[in-house]
Amino acid sequence: MLSAVLAWVFGALALVAGALVFRLDSMAKVTFALLASFLFAAGEVLLLGLGYLGVVIVLMMVMEMVIMVVFMIMYMMNPAGLMPMAMFHNTRGSATIAGGVFIALTAGIFLVDWPERAGRAPADSTLALGESLMGGQMLTMMTLGLALFATIVSSVVLATHRGRYDRFGDDLRADHPDDPIPGGVGR
Amino acid sequence: MTEIPLWSLAVLPAVLGVATIVAIAFDVALSARAGGRAASLTEAVVVPLREAVRLLVGQRRVTTAADRVLWRTGVVTVPLAALMAALVLPLGGVAVADLDVGVVWFNAMEILAWAAVWLAGWGPNSALSLVGGYRFVAQGLAYELPHMFALITAATAAGTLRVGGIVEAQSGVWFVVWMPVAFVVYLLSTAAMAFQAPFDAPIGRDLAGGVAGELSGVDRLVLQGGRWLLLVVAVAMSVPLFLGGGHGPLLPPWLWTVLKTAAVLAAVLWLRRKFPTVRMDRFAEIAWVVLIPLTILQALAVAALVLTW
Repeated sequence: MLSAVLAWVFGALALVAGALVFRLDSMAKVTFALLASFLFAAGEVLLLGLGYLGVVIVLMMVMEMVIMVVFMIMYMMNPAGLMPMAMFHNTRGSATIAGGVFIALTAGIFLVDWPERAGRAPADSTLALGESLMGGQMLTMMTLGLALFATIVSSVVLATHRGRYDRFGDDLRADHPDDPIPGGVGR
Repeated sequence: MTEIPLWSLAVLPAVLGVATIVAIAFDVALSARAGGRAASLTEAVVVPLREAVRLLVGQRRVTTAADRVLWRTGVVTVPLAALMAALVLPLGGVAVADLDVGVVWFNAMEILAWAAVWLAGWGPNSALSLVGGYRFVAQGLAYELPHMFALITAATAAGTLRVGGIVEAQSGVWFVVWMPVAFVVYLLSTAAMAFQAPFDAPIGRDLAGGVAGELSGVDRLVLQGGRWLLLVVAVAMSVPLFLGGGHGPLLPPWLWTVLKTAAVLAAVLWLRRKFPTVRMDRFAEIAWVVLIPLTILQALAVAALVLTW
């Protein structure tokens, strides 16, 4: 009973916070409205009995939104993102698409036959999750991790204007790299 | 580990509050000693309390075009994050909540401080406080990964994310014995998390107080109190993670927990004034080039030991 009430409350609040993303006019407020929406969604996941996933969503989303707000404000076209702004692009088109997706998903809830539960819930859902991710899918996860990491490294290498010849000289013989910010290791 | 009933939710802030006042009093005494004189017990206790009362009745500063909603949210979230992290903190054999995923919960609540401090810096619409907020995010990016590896190492050794389980796993040997690197890195990151010296660049004097610069009255009290609370909670967590929790001879478990926490807290408070404020550009490189590889090696060594034993 309590969890049913909470599920509705979290769901409604997640929607309201999500809608606020498009109503507020400050980049910082918009980001944290989005964060609030994610946190209420995490509440729903916790109600489903998936403790680890729910808490990890909180952990990841807070970090992610804080980093996002820094970058968003940094790259805003008005100084420091302090001018009022709107999150809209192609207002009418995006409203139509968003409304359509919402209606389709909601209709799906009522129209599709829900599957019966097969088997029982595991005693330790964290362990079950870890085993299903890291047991059968270990190769996939490792490939994915390597690919993501390689992407990060290569995009940084492509994006930076300084190469190893700037850092270690034309013959790469310099003892210390010539970096604009020296760092704390004392190289 | 047993969970105590819901009324303990009301007791927890009181207990932590007392611990925090004791910690601040000890810090005042250390400051007096550093100034070449001995602080009396009354001075050590009265000075922080008087400061708290002064802030309580003090007027709030108003800044132009402040983002009040986010500002207040940020300030209030600092102590709230500490209190919610403390829910899984065991005192001897009891905790308010011994969650299945206690370590992850603790970590998630600590990370709320990222958002909180950045918001407190953004809110007043002041350049220096915003720079302070940015500094904290940079500091967070640098300390959080080593911190997470330290947490994971303890959880790996115990084979559980439950804080109670981690304490039980140390009934023989304390984790600090075979994971000293993780322990030291954990303590480093507790000071960084609570932006206490030497990681106090976000509220640095060179920024005229940074994040706390525009705060006055009760807002300032909440943020500064929350900082101390964060430090106390994070340091207290090192006891169940690495120092065997309530395990020890003769004395009851709760007393061992209190004694160990007090000892680590005193050591952290004493050590933190031995170092100058760390600059973020320096600490970021140290974290990425030294601390992360060290903690990964530590985690690898522990994982290998767990698998072979």
